[in-house]
Amino acid sequence: MPLNAYLTLAALVFAIGLFGVLTRRNAVGILLGIELMLNAVNINLVAFARFHGDVTGLVFALFTIAITVAEVAVGLAIVIVIFRVRRTVEADHLDLLRG
Amino acid sequence: MTAETVGFWGIAVVLLASSLAVVLTPNLFHAVLYLAVSLVATGIVFLLLEAPFLFGVQLLLYAGGVVTIVVFAIMLTERLVGETIRQTNRWVINGAVLSAAVLAGVIGFLLRGETPAARAAWPEDSTAAVGLALVGPYAVTFQLLGVLLVAALLGALYFARTDD
Repeated sequence: MPLNAYLTLAALVFAIGLFGVLTRRNAVGILLGIELMLNAVNINLVAFARFHGDVTGLVFALFTIAITVAEVAVGLAIVIVIFRVRRTVEADHLDLLRG
Repeated sequence: MTAETVGFWGIAVVLLASSLAVVLTPNLFHAVLYLAVSLVATGIVFLLLEAPFLFGVQLLLYAGGVVTIVVFAIMLTERLVGETIRQTNRWVINGAVLSAAVLAGVIGFLLRGETPAARAAWPEDSTAAVGLALVGPYAVTFQLLGVLLVAALLGALYFARTDD
């Protein structure tokens, strides 16, 4: 398969994840959409690395994965704190900063 | 058709179907299970791209770690697991239009650009090459990543603490 096939697949997954981020009401659901988008980026990195024959892309994908895990840990901790304070994780109800 | 072509189309169908299920299923708990399928499918895409080390990392960190944390977060924040309330907000149409626009933009960019059709030479053992790169040119970045993980875990602990 040519490189474009992998890039198109990643673009589709990215668009699906973006749709999830924009339409989910639950904060945990929004985080799931972000996970999908970051995964699509990793497919791109590995595909470029393979087709250019350069392992730097793999190292970069590895860093992205580790940073994503840190992001999920902090994000879910924030979600749990929000739930403890407001008793809801519906993003529509969290509008304290609305002017 | 080569084995790689068959594998690519098979895994593309699984990946896209499970990703759609993640964003469309009304039950959040099912969404996490579909996310696990989607993450494993991504790992198999890495295998097709001859990066077995990333496949292992993907299984350990994403399918093992992230999915477990998210399951715990759902159990802590959903009062009724299995309750199928409306899970989408009132911007479904706008979200679909915006996602389709982004997709069209990216694919238009792909169609105009010049990308290699064949694979370049690849190290015999890509895992060894990644390891050498991690302790060679990227050693400092690798250490910084460790600092970042410690900071993230301390931050998560700080958020999760109770006042007493």
